[in-house]
Amino acid sequence: MATVNDISKSVRRVDAVSKCEGKAKYLPDIDFRDCLWARMIRSSVPRGKIIKVNLPDLPSGYCFVDYRDIPEGGHNYLHMIATDWKCFAEDEVRYVGETIGLLVGPDRTVLADLIDRVSVDYEEQIPAVTIDEGLACKGGAFVNGNNIHCHLKIETGENADEVFKRCAKIVEETVETGFQEHIYLETNGACCCPEGDGYVIYASAQCPFYIRKSIAPLLNISPEKITVRQTVTGGAFGGKEHFPDVLCGPLLVAAHKTGKCVKMVFDREEDIENSVKRHPSKVVFKTGLDKEGNILVMDSKVYYNVGGYLSSSFVVLQRGCFHVAGCYSFPSFRSEGFGVATNTFPSCAFRGFGAPQTLFAVETHMCHLAQMQGLDPLEFKSRYFIKQGDTTSTNGKVVEKVMIPQMLEQVLKASDYRRKVKEYKIGSGRGIGISFYNHGGAFTGNGEQSLIKAHCRLHKYPDGHVEILCGQTEMGQGFHTILPKIAAHVLEIPIEKVVFEDPDTSRVPDSGPTAASRSTMIVGDLVEKAAKLMKDRYSKESEFEIETEYEHPEGYPWNQDTFQGYAYLGYGWGVCAVEVEVDPCTAEVAVKGVWSSHDGGHPVDELIVHGQVNGGVLQGIGWASTEVMENTDGHFRQTSMSDYIVPTSMDCPRQGVDLVDNPYEWGPFGAKGLGELVFNGSGAAYIDALSRAIGKKINAIPVPTEKVMEYILHGKKLGEAD
Amino acid sequence: MNVKLEFTLNGKNVTVSTDPLRRLIDVLREDFGCTGVKEGCSEGECGACSILLNGKMVTSCLIPVGAADGQDIVTIEGLSETEKGKLIIQAFADGGAVQCGFCIPGMVVAAYSILCENPDPTEDEIRLGISGNICRCTGYDLIVDSIRLAAERGGSIWKK
Repeated sequence: MATVNDISKSVRRVDAVSKCEGKAKYLPDIDFRDCLWARMIRSSVPRGKIIKVNLPDLPSGYCFVDYRDIPEGGHNYLHMIATDWKCFAEDEVRYVGETIGLLVGPDRTVLADLIDRVSVDYEEQIPAVTIDEGLACKGGAFVNGNNIHCHLKIETGENADEVFKRCAKIVEETVETGFQEHIYLETNGACCCPEGDGYVIYASAQCPFYIRKSIAPLLNISPEKITVRQTVTGGAFGGKEHFPDVLCGPLLVAAHKTGKCVKMVFDREEDIENSVKRHPSKVVFKTGLDKEGNILVMDSKVYYNVGGYLSSSFVVLQRGCFHVAGCYSFPSFRSEGFGVATNTFPSCAFRGFGAPQTLFAVETHMCHLAQMQGLDPLEFKSRYFIKQGDTTSTNGKVVEKVMIPQMLEQVLKASDYRRKVKEYKIGSGRGIGISFYNHGGAFTGNGEQSLIKAHCRLHKYPDGHVEILCGQTEMGQGFHTILPKIAAHVLEIPIEKVVFEDPDTSRVPDSGPTAASRSTMIVGDLVEKAAKLMKDRYSKESEFEIETEYEHPEGYPWNQDTFQGYAYLGYGWGVCAVEVEVDPCTAEVAVKGVWSSHDGGHPVDELIVHGQVNGGVLQGIGWASTEVMENTDGHFRQTSMSDYIVPTSMDCPRQGVDLVDNPYEWGPFGAKGLGELVFNGSGAAYIDALSRAIGKKINAIPVPTEKVMEYILHGKKLGEAD
Repeated sequence: MNVKLEFTLNGKNVTVSTDPLRRLIDVLREDFGCTGVKEGCSEGECGACSILLNGKMVTSCLIPVGAADGQDIVTIEGLSETEKGKLIIQAFADGGAVQCGFCIPGMVVAAYSILCENPDPTEDEIRLGISGNICRCTGYDLIVDSIRLAAERGGSIWKK
């Protein structure tokens, strides 16, 4: 696709060699001289009152830090969109792993011994763990009198209740998804150092500006008193969006108390047991059909397991509801979302941010609606593809050209789908499935304009170098290369002349979080604009700066109170086919092929995009298949990489990757969001393929081998009603 | 109880007086500053801490340092100085193998192991060879391609 002067032509990633050589310094690799170490003391019960924390005698130089160390005027909460998540538990705990305090001291071995001798006395209460238990207020409601943290309702077209009255058939179905653990290869870690009259935080994190905003109220200081420096970050996937605040808050209080640098790095078991996960979900559909089997109305209730505290989950739930219509347009549509309080570790961001759950649900439901009528899912889904100008789930319009038909053709051809669908009989042990998905790029609605107001600066130095100053982080997705490439391309200078360092909040403007697939689309555009403004002056002036600010295009209104209007200006789109073969004796599933086509606008770097597609698609297959994360009685059951199984190089053959070129009007060189999109559909395609291969209806993920066996032995036949 | 241990680290003779039950990864990182050896899982599952012990790939989180006494150890710091190491690293950089990079030093060690045993590996052989190294970012395809690229570029040097 790329021509010589095309920005899509790949360049070598600027961070590749230092990472290969082991020279890149991640948080655990940095020697903070004379720092103290911290270990977290956490709740071991899912719900209860704290009666007493029993500490061993602490040697000299060791101390315990808890909520009582927050100075007068400080607030014991972490600001993570909502402000309900406490930095330190005081008298009650709502989940296993809730922070009670820190043990701080100079020697890690001593700390490890001390932490084993801490005990906490509780008055235990009955926990609610699942969505259903939360809704039933098991043990008594603990949030809002009904355990509903948050709620929204959206509808389009004719009133759903009226339409149901004239439907020939109404189909009700529930689709569920489980917890997913991020397994960023580098676990969470941070260090807080007193410096001058403020503090410097070093963290493996996605959003440095989020951290200082979140934790400054603890000491009742202005966020500017805290400088956050991102360290090289070994993967994040949303797991380091808000969660680093949960480390940095207590570390700030500990640094305040001790006057020393305090460092904390989780080991893997600690990280898996005590970190945020993808929200488990339950989507209950009620779909009305006419007598020919056409959809007249699709109604859904979307339940997300939020856990003990709301934090960012209302935004996740909104995105879930906005995506529950998938890539389809129905005459009447309604969705109601409920964020359910439970006594599990609070759920938070994970690649897709609420969209994957509902997209999986609608794709699966659409397959079942087709199979119930003896139709091929592809033929049935094709009837409802949304197009440019169609109404979205929030009564906005689809602004861009939707290239699903072209992408579908590519995937059908690459996968030889039509032949295989005919050849692989239902229940024959082989199956191929296909899914359609999208992802609204950047913050919802007017969030970019009213909440973030991103700023970005370019600084030209006398020696000809240009520095990009913004808060965007490299966490593996390629942003250290993407932004310099955009600037270099506009300025027509070598990429080596563009400097872009890990952000330090004291010297870069706030360009918003590295999240929501917004970095290339929004901040990349600010860099492109700044570089264009710089270009004429570049050779004439020795040293100067250009600053750009996000401006929302006119004519695309959004009402955040009613959730009406243009939720997203640009969607990424995807089509994915997966082929599987099931061993009839062992029920083991082998992925035989994966083919996808994605529209992320015009790619800024083909190889980087290719890597995003490969990684996202495989992570989605993991979510649907092997990545089992159970929670019983409030405790996660999988706590290591031996029992939480992420895909290896043997679990999927080489993927067929196709990218369509669909330049986005407001993105840099026509690029739009892509990083989350690529996760959103492979799980549904995998399950479609698997259910055809075994001839059984699958309504919940993940489906590890033992579950495949259960479905084979006891599952409902494909096409059977619930 | 501390014991004096001697071994070769990246071509140099070194000695250390330490508890022989400390994990090799900790000694390499803390006592010798080899922070390219990454700790991903602490149980030999992820391969991020892979090193070469007498030329064989092992996970250094599972080995007590006492077992290194008298042995030859090469970490990514040493490997990246060699002709073969450099060749792999250049291929990884050109082939798009690197994203977050945390698994990558271990992956480079795995690539070296594969190519030393089999200078012309097939895709399946490469996939098997890196199956003990978990990468959460790339989906592995571009790592596989990069190892193939290193095989092609290196040609006869892998037979030495």
